[in-house]
Amino acid sequence: MSEQPGGTGLVLNEPLLWERGKTGRCGFSLPAQDVPESPLPAELAGEGPDFPDLSETEVVRHYTRLSTWNYGVDSGFYPLGSCTMKYNPKTNERQAGLRGFTAAHPLLPAALSQGALRLMYELERDLAEITGLAAVTLQPAAGAQGELAGMLILHAWQQSRQSVRTKILIPDTAHGTNPASAALCGYAPVAVPSDERGIIPAGVVDSLMDEATAGIMITNPNTLGLFEENIREIARIVHGRGGLVYCDGANMNAVLGVVKPGEIGVDILHLNLHKTFSTPHGGGGPGSGPVAVRRELERFLPVPRVVEEGGAYRLREDCPDSIGRLLAFQGHFGILVRAYAYIRSLGPDGLARVSRLAVLNANYLKERLRGTLPLAFDRPCMHECVFSDRNLQGTGIVTLDIAKRLMDYGYHPPTIYFPLVVPGAIMVEPTETETKEDLDRFVEAIQAIVREARENPDLLKEAPHRCKVTRLDETAAARNPCLIG
Amino acid sequence: MKKAEEIQLPDELRYSVDHEWVRMESGSARIGITDYAQDQLGDVVYVELPSIGARFAAGAVFATVESVKSVSECIMPLAGEVIGVNAALNDDPALLNTSPYGDGWMVLVKPDDPSAGGGLLTAGRYREHLGGAA
Repeated sequence: MSEQPGGTGLVLNEPLLWERGKTGRCGFSLPAQDVPESPLPAELAGEGPDFPDLSETEVVRHYTRLSTWNYGVDSGFYPLGSCTMKYNPKTNERQAGLRGFTAAHPLLPAALSQGALRLMYELERDLAEITGLAAVTLQPAAGAQGELAGMLILHAWQQSRQSVRTKILIPDTAHGTNPASAALCGYAPVAVPSDERGIIPAGVVDSLMDEATAGIMITNPNTLGLFEENIREIARIVHGRGGLVYCDGANMNAVLGVVKPGEIGVDILHLNLHKTFSTPHGGGGPGSGPVAVRRELERFLPVPRVVEEGGAYRLREDCPDSIGRLLAFQGHFGILVRAYAYIRSLGPDGLARVSRLAVLNANYLKERLRGTLPLAFDRPCMHECVFSDRNLQGTGIVTLDIAKRLMDYGYHPPTIYFPLVVPGAIMVEPTETETKEDLDRFVEAIQAIVREARENPDLLKEAPHRCKVTRLDETAAARNPCLIG
Repeated sequence: MKKAEEIQLPDELRYSVDHEWVRMESGSARIGITDYAQDQLGDVVYVELPSIGARFAAGAVFATVESVKSVSECIMPLAGEVIGVNAALNDDPALLNTSPYGDGWMVLVKPDDPSAGGGLLTAGRYREHLGGAA
């Protein structure tokens, strides 16, 4: 077997900052006072927050040690299906760190913010081109807020037609946040079952779509990593009965430059910049969930809108049909800069290549692992593929044990027990940037673990063995959560 | 995960295809989830029960069960009014795992139709149904 990334080494312990430090210790020196002293306003006086007194060395060591406990896509393979933990090119950070962006303030007048506004305007145009839709808002703070924005737009459109509808169709292969977003907007989600091929048959939509249904919220490619092939027919049915098609674009990483959702019947779509356009994902965040819409829905987009007139950019607030403001200021601007840098450095051909490689890598893993773990759906996948633990019945080993053991080999575990339609699901999403050698090493690790499951199941039951923290009692943690330090 | 033959299915109970069991007790119906269901869910960490007096149609969602793996809805096997809930599950949701047919019962229902339980599956038929599902 190839040498695997998982090794052993000295891991340094680190206490909480409150357990470090000593009263009076200080990590910085203030300059001498050069203004007259004036008393604090009464409402600001009093005891300060409980911060420990620390030296600079203590602070640096604290965070450096914590960082060594972490695992990120910069450390190794991170095949967390559905989440698209893609590599974030370092040039993104460089552009986002330009002084003109870091020193910008959202309360500056438009005349002094032309560069920032132009970047937002051009990013909106780029995302419109990529999605095949007419207009975009960059405001939503993350995917789920994008979903809510989309539902509010859908509702505003129905209301503008004096149409009162209370339900929304949501396939069982949609992302888990979709029903929550629809419910938050007041719609009752109606589940649409997928078929034996893992996609939604148009006939089921035909039987469920009625005059009380506002539309459908479909994830395409869906959360099984399969392309919803019947999307055009589904859209025709939904449109024919006065509904709209919302697409959760969280899986756009599979179809950039290949499929334009606006051309296959989608009316509203959100993007996750942190999944598809290489902005930080997870602890580094924050997220960003732009929403793209058809021309006739543009008037409902949140305010303010970035507009261009004769080469000058400004923010427009007077949009009477708008669903309003979703967030203070103009969205997570630093994230927008990173996404813009990514799109402009790759260009149209580069983006299409990203998706082709993401799909190729997933299909490569699927084919290489098909004899080791059973496939949930044996057909070409998009950017992720779903296995199960079905062949290990009788060994006592389940998906959770495989995931835990993968850590010993030096990999972040894939997504497990999701999607819910696959019992014991193991959902692998390699993304586009992994080399063939890295994928082969991962395949060997999975093969070794499945052998161990049969020969030495206790090794898996007690895994991980090499991590700083070994097997946790997840049940106790969930039953008796400790919510304070 | 249990093997098929390890799943306990007491003969005196009736079962639904949605993996609930029903025990008829002098005009009322005690309801819970089957051994198969608790085994599939894994360690249960939270149970949300209905209020006493709530009315449900057959097929309606009457409770949700959260495990370390997922959140699942419990489907009412027969129409009726809730006249009792197992409050012990609030403090000790693990009862659903350790005693699905005993201390882990979920609700007591007064059925709209006292003979409604007759339409449910016997242990044998439910086991056949599991054979298809598993």
